[in-house]
Amino acid sequence: MKPHLSLLAAVGIISASSLAYEVLLMRLFSIIQWHHFAYMMISLALLGYGVSGVFLALNRDRLVRLFPIAIMANMLLFSLFAPACFLLAQQIPFNPAEMLWSPVQPLYLCSIYLVLTVPFFFAANVIGLSLYHYKNQISSIYAADLFGAGLGSVAVILLLFIVFPEQILAVLMLSGILATLLVSSFAFCGQPGNTKHWAIASVIIGLAIIFTPPGWITLKVSPYKTQNQVLQIPGTKIIDRYSSPLGLISVVKSEMTPLRHAPGLSLNATTEPPEQLAVFTDADNITAITRYNGKPETLGYLDQTTSALPYHLKQLSDILILGAGTGSDVLQATFHAIKHIDAVELNPQVIDLVQRNYADFAGYLYSNPHVNVHVDEARSYLATTDKTYDLINISLLDAFGASAAGLYSMAENYLYTEQAIQEYLRHVSPDGYLSITRWIKVPPRDEPKLLATVINALKKTGVRQPGLQMVMIRGWQTSTLIVKNGALSDDEIARLKQFCDELSFDPVYYPGISESEVNRFNIQHQPYLYQAATALLGDNSQAFIDDYKFHIEPATDDRPYLFHFFKWRTLHEILSLLGSGGNFLLESGYLLLIVALLQAIVASLALIALPLWLWKAKLGIEPESGSHLHMLVYFFCLGLAFLFIEIGFIQKFILILHHPLYAITVVLSTFLLTAGAGSYFSTQLSCRTEKSAFLLPMAAIALLSIAYSLGFESIAGFLLKTGNLSRYLLSIVLIAPLGFFMGMPFPMALTKISQTTPALIPWAWGINGCASVISAILATLIAMQFGFTVLIFMAVALYGVAAWCFPSLTNGGKITEQ
Amino acid sequence: MKRVKHLIFWLVVIGIILLLFSTHVIAEDEYRQQREALVDIIKADVMLTRDYLNQQALDEKVFDALRKVPRHEFVRDAERPYAYENRPLPIGYGQTISQPYIVAVMTDLLKLKKTDRVLEIGTGSGYQAAILAELAASVYSIEIVEQLGKQAAENLKRAGYGAVNTRLGDGYYGWETEAPFDAIVVTAVASHIPPPLIKQLRPGGRMVIPVGAQFMTQYLVLVTKGVDGKVTTRQILPVSFVPLTGKH
Repeated sequence: MKPHLSLLAAVGIISASSLAYEVLLMRLFSIIQWHHFAYMMISLALLGYGVSGVFLALNRDRLVRLFPIAIMANMLLFSLFAPACFLLAQQIPFNPAEMLWSPVQPLYLCSIYLVLTVPFFFAANVIGLSLYHYKNQISSIYAADLFGAGLGSVAVILLLFIVFPEQILAVLMLSGILATLLVSSFAFCGQPGNTKHWAIASVIIGLAIIFTPPGWITLKVSPYKTQNQVLQIPGTKIIDRYSSPLGLISVVKSEMTPLRHAPGLSLNATTEPPEQLAVFTDADNITAITRYNGKPETLGYLDQTTSALPYHLKQLSDILILGAGTGSDVLQATFHAIKHIDAVELNPQVIDLVQRNYADFAGYLYSNPHVNVHVDEARSYLATTDKTYDLINISLLDAFGASAAGLYSMAENYLYTEQAIQEYLRHVSPDGYLSITRWIKVPPRDEPKLLATVINALKKTGVRQPGLQMVMIRGWQTSTLIVKNGALSDDEIARLKQFCDELSFDPVYYPGISESEVNRFNIQHQPYLYQAATALLGDNSQAFIDDYKFHIEPATDDRPYLFHFFKWRTLHEILSLLGSGGNFLLESGYLLLIVALLQAIVASLALIALPLWLWKAKLGIEPESGSHLHMLVYFFCLGLAFLFIEIGFIQKFILILHHPLYAITVVLSTFLLTAGAGSYFSTQLSCRTEKSAFLLPMAAIALLSIAYSLGFESIAGFLLKTGNLSRYLLSIVLIAPLGFFMGMPFPMALTKISQTTPALIPWAWGINGCASVISAILATLIAMQFGFTVLIFMAVALYGVAAWCFPSLTNGGKITEQ
Repeated sequence: MKRVKHLIFWLVVIGIILLLFSTHVIAEDEYRQQREALVDIIKADVMLTRDYLNQQALDEKVFDALRKVPRHEFVRDAERPYAYENRPLPIGYGQTISQPYIVAVMTDLLKLKKTDRVLEIGTGSGYQAAILAELAASVYSIEIVEQLGKQAAENLKRAGYGAVNTRLGDGYYGWETEAPFDAIVVTAVASHIPPPLIKQLRPGGRMVIPVGAQFMTQYLVLVTKGVDGKVTTRQILPVSFVPLTGKH
């Protein structure tokens, strides 16, 4: 029995919608809550796939008898529950900040998981049931699933540029209805179950959604997010909103109470910021568009921050600002009458705010003949230019709140790695500076880690005495680290001292500094940063890194986690301090990942092991047969390995393609689309009897993965020299064969099972679902600990284990019995 | 018969009044005991953190204030059962009432004298203002969120701190007409310390600012203005945690 083309299309649509829903939830929860909890909630909600596997395994024959109705009902239920469950979930008064204080909060979190699991359950039912019903055409169904997911990953990114994220929920609803309409009108036309009614119902619901006035879905942002707190100020309102996959931008204006954003301002400051508009990304990460009337004297406050230091060391004429945002660093440079400023910003909508929408307010800053604005990622821009600068400036790219609470710990950041620092320094002209400004944290974490990273980067470029090229100062709120391309002169050091004295900043380090000069104006319990700098520049730097209670091992491109500070050995001490207000010491991002992993493992065990124990016969496992255990291992390994490779290579290719968003979209969709093609062609291999045919895809995956990993530097070196378009095209060409082979092992094994023990297909589907959930979380943890290369090698090993289990699947467990 | 009924009626009325009064007294007594227990917990925490606070214990007057101010009057009804737990509590509008331990440390850092004039930026629930009122001559408090400000003024009045001067408005420019102040508490910090507030601090005065998100104070900043007008800050970690174990 062959599936009708419309059914394949419907499976594809549901799969696309499901993937789009996942990406969308990530966006929506990043807006109403915070990124790390969004990640945790959505990873676990995907367990809906595992639940579906068990549900189908236990009810498979009943559902297959009602196949058309079951499929249509699940499609409609998905389309209804996708928005409904989100709306319900955002009503749950979950507050992550209260997690450690209030025992009810973990319960709220669990109820969010449960609610969000529902739509994924219905989507997985559609695919799992189709796989079981069309046992002889598994590769086609799986291909439709992967193709759909591939298209969904691209479609949702495009949609996020066009409409606001909450409106995409309606689009998903319509796509579910479209899928129902397709199968009711074509695939199941004339079959029992009165498909006409389903078609009519779908059309009515669809029309109802289309003609419902917009605004029925509104986002309920947590009152603890900065934007909502600012909106409490009388006369303050959102005057503009812009959506893109990079974030939801809101512009906030206050009629009565001026907004004033000037982080790092000296206590001796005499001037205040002029009128400002606040700009929020995902209801947090505040930055400001400052009113500029062309008179530099109104910008004096920007000269009273630690980041102004390089301008006081010597006359600069050509500078590069990375992460220009809404322009405060460009204004700072303008204050110092810099002749030429290159400003690089990733988010085009942020540039548009300053360049177009509020150009008049911002004094046409980005249209100034001295300023060249580039929409690009920092390292991508540098990879494509040979220019050198007197100063490269990177200031406060992340918000203090999230940064201080350890929320970014699991977020990859390629701006602060050894390789990134080396790249910046290549573009600093002789005697020029690289300046990095960061938030002060007590006790210090990212500053020592950044220092370690910078020192290592300098040593690796052959600098024998990095200490001669570095200076660092701090206020009570920010610190600025400067690396000079050359040794610092006495004159520069004298100027630094004068700058610090005038503004009550403390020198942290400069060549020849003595302990009596530090910790005078902004007094810390001990001169922590001075101690860190001198220790890291000394001979025992590794011992200092090992002894430090936070993880301050230098960040590299293979382990790009500047904000990962967690060390297991400190956990006990921190836990003992929780009751007395020490919870800020807990690097919550990393621990939440561990909690999420444990929850996923427990849930998966319950979903896989419990049914195995309680309803073995009902699942379709023959008594005395041991093949199901091999099957369990096989599908579990596949589930883990597929995502390990996908995640590993997405991160590797971000280094080549640079733009995080486009890189992820291109790599992910190429993986999924080519895996779909691989699945479709796997039928050819499944027909063959010799065992080598079955092992061929796994051997190819291993070979390609190892080759790409080992030869990555040469590949990257070659691709980075080519143009933008060819970089993307060649990356696709490299990923395609890997994806193609990765699409094969799953349908090939299912096809084999369909010939021996077809009843186990839904169970296998569920195992794969559970493994995928564990995989996504585990991959991040492995990468944080060991790096992406190790992650890919682990995936290869998992494919090896799967290959070892494969033969016993092909002969109904006979090998095991032997 | 009528007389007996009359007597029974009055006995019942008096009984109910006595019952209500006694439950109130019992509740007040229970709250007092809870406050006492809370003070003990805070004292224990201070002992652990004494190195960081550069002192063995907090001023006993601060503890007296904590013993006296009814924190339950400054939280919403739903949070009353937790009023004397050593933890921050939500008060609505995205704001919180700070952890009592942090309130104690912040208040102590100000080294208040009975003659001092204190300014608070961010009234919140009014609890911190009430504590300050126990230790200083006059307290001025500004809140920008209208509903919070009104609620705090009511809370303060109900708890017997009607003498605290409250105002709705922007705290950036302080309270010009009442300046200078011996101490300033900035509980709602903007992206920087407003220069006008530093101006309104009397030479020799102290300002305390908690840094961090709601529910999570990262550290405290103590701003000191010397008698010569020179301003310095001290960053105080509220817990005892040394980031380095070895010596290098």
